[in-house]
Amino acid sequence: MFEVFTRLADWLAYDLAGLSSVTKTGQALHFFVEDTTKIFVLLVVMIYLIALARASLNVERVRDFLAGKHRGAGYLMGAGFGAVTPFCSCSSIPVFLGFTSAGIPVGITMAFLLTSPLINEVAVLLLLSLLGWKFTLVYILVGMMVGILGGFFLDAIRAERWLQSFALKALEQGRQNSAGGSVSADAMSMAERHQFARDETLEIFGRVWKWVIIGVGLGAALHGFVPDGWIEANLGDGQWWTVPAAVGVGIPLYSNATGVIPVMESLITNGLPIGTTLAFCMSTVAASFPEFILLKQVMQWRLLAILFVMLLIAFTLIGWIFNFLFPVI
Amino acid sequence: MKTIKVLGSGCAKCTKTAELLERRATELGVEVTVVKETDAQVIMSYGVMRTPAVVIDEQLVHSGSIPTQVDVTVWLQS
Repeated sequence: MFEVFTRLADWLAYDLAGLSSVTKTGQALHFFVEDTTKIFVLLVVMIYLIALARASLNVERVRDFLAGKHRGAGYLMGAGFGAVTPFCSCSSIPVFLGFTSAGIPVGITMAFLLTSPLINEVAVLLLLSLLGWKFTLVYILVGMMVGILGGFFLDAIRAERWLQSFALKALEQGRQNSAGGSVSADAMSMAERHQFARDETLEIFGRVWKWVIIGVGLGAALHGFVPDGWIEANLGDGQWWTVPAAVGVGIPLYSNATGVIPVMESLITNGLPIGTTLAFCMSTVAASFPEFILLKQVMQWRLLAILFVMLLIAFTLIGWIFNFLFPVI
Repeated sequence: MKTIKVLGSGCAKCTKTAELLERRATELGVEVTVVKETDAQVIMSYGVMRTPAVVIDEQLVHSGSIPTQVDVTVWLQS
């Protein structure tokens, strides 16, 4: 099914540009053309179909649903909704406060917010097309676990103590009048769904296309210009220190999942162990300095530091576990 | 004279929303003041979770996207 993109890349890179398939430049261009065209077509088709299906799901309904839920189930559902709810990271503060003032525990809110950037339809699509369904499944499970366990941990240490005072007040008020969910399911006609899906496709595509180019470009550069075997020879054994080092580099770097997944593909095919790759890529996506600065509006420094260390440890553990379980994939 | 607030943390869409409102108001000859409200606490007080959101004379009329031309016209003329 994806063969047409390989043909297109053959034609563009080897026939039209006249590059040889044995040169580095030829290979890099081929990789770039094949992946960008494949990803663009998949994105447009799949975002539209997914948007059609989830047109009536939004953060307000998720909040109403999560309010008053039992904690145990709350983390799982928080992370689950984080994965499927359409949501822009520029809204993360209003969403945090909206959930908090509905009396939803900080841990459940954070389960939602941590999972949200890690798992979304674009990320899953890219993973499926570039790295196959097994890896995709692993990625989704790990992403959910980060949200669930992270949320659980934050409530266990009573993280709400270190919210900014107005946010804590909102949480306390919310708890008192939390009457539980009144989910109003407003029925949507097919025409409305189509309208929503079309807008959503244009919106998401407009936002992510440049990330795809940057990500695939980096991947292509790695593919073509890092000497064959260099990564494998130097980092391929999954030495224990490579994982925390990868996370340390990844957390301050910011990328969204769209940009980083093509890089993941390239790193893995070049022989970087799966655990190290996951650790690096998830830490780039889940946390960034700009985001921490935004969160400062609702959290005290202490809680931000805890969150930072928690993510650092979580991603390092993920890297170690996967390097141990799957030394060679 | 209408007082319009655009709620949002200063992302590109919020700026576009504010510009659209101002442009449309000038075109229709409606007198408005458009303020961009970025304070998280104020945004919370309107119960808004998806930005940009539009508040006209303290009434929340829209949330979650750049509003359409048609919507803006209706708000300004009402």
